[in-house]
Amino acid sequence: MTETTKPKFTCRDVRVHYGDFEALHGIDIDIPDHGVTAFIGPSGCGKSTFLRTFNRMNDTIDGCRVSGQILMDGEDIYDKNLDPVLLRAQVGMVFQKPNPFPKSIYDNVAYGPRIHGLTSSKAELDVLVEKSLRRAGLWDEVKDRLKLSGTGLSGGQQQRLVIARAIAVNPEVILMDEPASALDPIATAKLEALIEELKERYCIIIVTHSMAQAARVSDKTAFFYMGDLIEFDNTDKIFTNPGNDRTQDYITGRTG
Amino acid sequence: MGQISIYMMLLIAVLTIGGFVYNRSSALGKFRAARAAAGGKMVSSAWHSQASYHGYFTAWLVALSTLAVFIIGLVINGQGMVFNGLWLAAIILTALGVTIITGRKVSGTFRARTYVERFIHGLLICLSVIAVLTTLGIIASLLFESLRFFREVPFMDFLFGLQWSPQTAMRADQVGQSGSFGAIPVFAGTFLIMLVAMAIAGPVGLMIAIYLTEYASAGVRKWIKPAIEILAGVPTVVYGFFALLTFAPFVRGFAETLGFSVPTQSALAAGVVMGVMIIPFVSSLSSDVINSVPQTLRDGSYALGATESETMKKVVFTAALPGIIGAFMLAISRAIGETMIVYMAAGKAANLTANPFEAVTTVTVQIVALLTGDSDFDSAKTLVAFALGLVLFVITLILNVVALTVVRRYRARY
Repeated sequence: MTETTKPKFTCRDVRVHYGDFEALHGIDIDIPDHGVTAFIGPSGCGKSTFLRTFNRMNDTIDGCRVSGQILMDGEDIYDKNLDPVLLRAQVGMVFQKPNPFPKSIYDNVAYGPRIHGLTSSKAELDVLVEKSLRRAGLWDEVKDRLKLSGTGLSGGQQQRLVIARAIAVNPEVILMDEPASALDPIATAKLEALIEELKERYCIIIVTHSMAQAARVSDKTAFFYMGDLIEFDNTDKIFTNPGNDRTQDYITGRTG
Repeated sequence: MGQISIYMMLLIAVLTIGGFVYNRSSALGKFRAARAAAGGKMVSSAWHSQASYHGYFTAWLVALSTLAVFIIGLVINGQGMVFNGLWLAAIILTALGVTIITGRKVSGTFRARTYVERFIHGLLICLSVIAVLTTLGIIASLLFESLRFFREVPFMDFLFGLQWSPQTAMRADQVGQSGSFGAIPVFAGTFLIMLVAMAIAGPVGLMIAIYLTEYASAGVRKWIKPAIEILAGVPTVVYGFFALLTFAPFVRGFAETLGFSVPTQSALAAGVVMGVMIIPFVSSLSSDVINSVPQTLRDGSYALGATESETMKKVVFTAALPGIIGAFMLAISRAIGETMIVYMAAGKAANLTANPFEAVTTVTVQIVALLTGDSDFDSAKTLVAFALGLVLFVITLILNVVALTVVRRYRARY
């Protein structure tokens, strides 16, 4: 990752309110393209809330308001003329708990391409489904049972299925909200290897509670505390020589 | 006889309560004495059972033993019984004896609590067995009476006959008037009305459920939900005269403007009003099911760029489908079993027709018509009611089994 590339997201004074409660107090951050940015911080620090501003998932929550400016490739994603539906096709999301739809594995992956009309024939869709499952590292495990329900897979497989589902609509960004928190260590290792591969192609932002995970998979790390962005730097720097005492306290386990 | 039984039951109740009070206080007394002997340091948990359990133990034994004596007395005395001193004395002596004997057993080690729990356990089993036995009894009665009917009318003639005119069977003295018991027109009427009702209640109820769970704001939901549930609380007889006096003439007028001649009573009038009646069943059951679809599935769909209606159609609806089928099946059973509306608004003529503007009759209406008024309970005319009931029962049973199988096969594991 080079420092000279243009940022994927440029955020200025981003504030999020739930009713009268201000969850984020003016965040300024530039998220680089093609790389993994990790958000860490104690529970309730606002990192998941911040993640959900990038695909406007906060819009679906009653009483949630976002102010400030978030530019994606220089375009304001909170512009009144911007359709959140199109934004979400470009910014995929993977959730904490694997949430495959109660449909077949094939239909799970084909869901996004179908609603967006990305393919014009069954053959084309077949190709896209296979490509997405391959990229998510799941193809070899499921190629013989594409018609079986996605909910019958193991937790780790489900999470990779959900990633395949997100990849299938050809996004530029993939948001991951604690994607490994419901997985066992082996499934987690597979998921992290997958993230390593995906970052060549996509901008990945991952929220995680595991500092070891942040250190392993991310290029840049942002530390959030009580709704503020405390520190944002290269992951190596954050974990070896943090510039802020609170970051130091958190990563060494004194707070959090 | 009747009065004496009631007094006896009252007496048994009094003796039971007396046993409880006596032994609880005797247990309390013994416990206090034991504590005093221990220098006031003993706590109540030092005894296996609290005082009230000793009381309950006695009460249970008194109730059971006196009831047994009471029943033995009933059997010995038979029908023509008047007041019997021996019987009364036996009951009182049994109660006193049980109370005193169990009173002697009260001690720190006597496991009264365990026995009381066992009594309660037994009581609960007995009560559920009663429910099961009742069901079996109803089935048995339906079966045996139906068999008697099938001895007079061949099974196949009943099940597949196209002619229904049971009234003529009463007039056995008239030559050639043996009555005909072909059940097809009656069941056809039932299903016609059920279809009309489900055509109304299914889509409307489902749409209401979707609107309430996915689109309506909390304020709107607060008003609409109770308003719909009121529909379920309206007595069916009110729906019946609404169908007969308000809706049926409207249907008739409407059909006449189209150039049809239509009777006032019609399958359409009864079916539509019945559909309105079962809307709340469909809507509230389906909205519970839709509500229970996890938010994470919706989020997953929105995050892929799906709109609200795409999410609803393709994710939430699929996930909720087993429950929605269950709701529909329940509504169908309700529609098939409904009596009052069809009795008033559908008519009694057993027409075999698929035209909803015609008057039809249903199984339930025929059962009512057959069993009310003067009738000889041994004639084919009344026995056929049991056969109708049996077939109706089998049909709803099959519906339920099918629904359960469908639900189990497509049950989503979220």
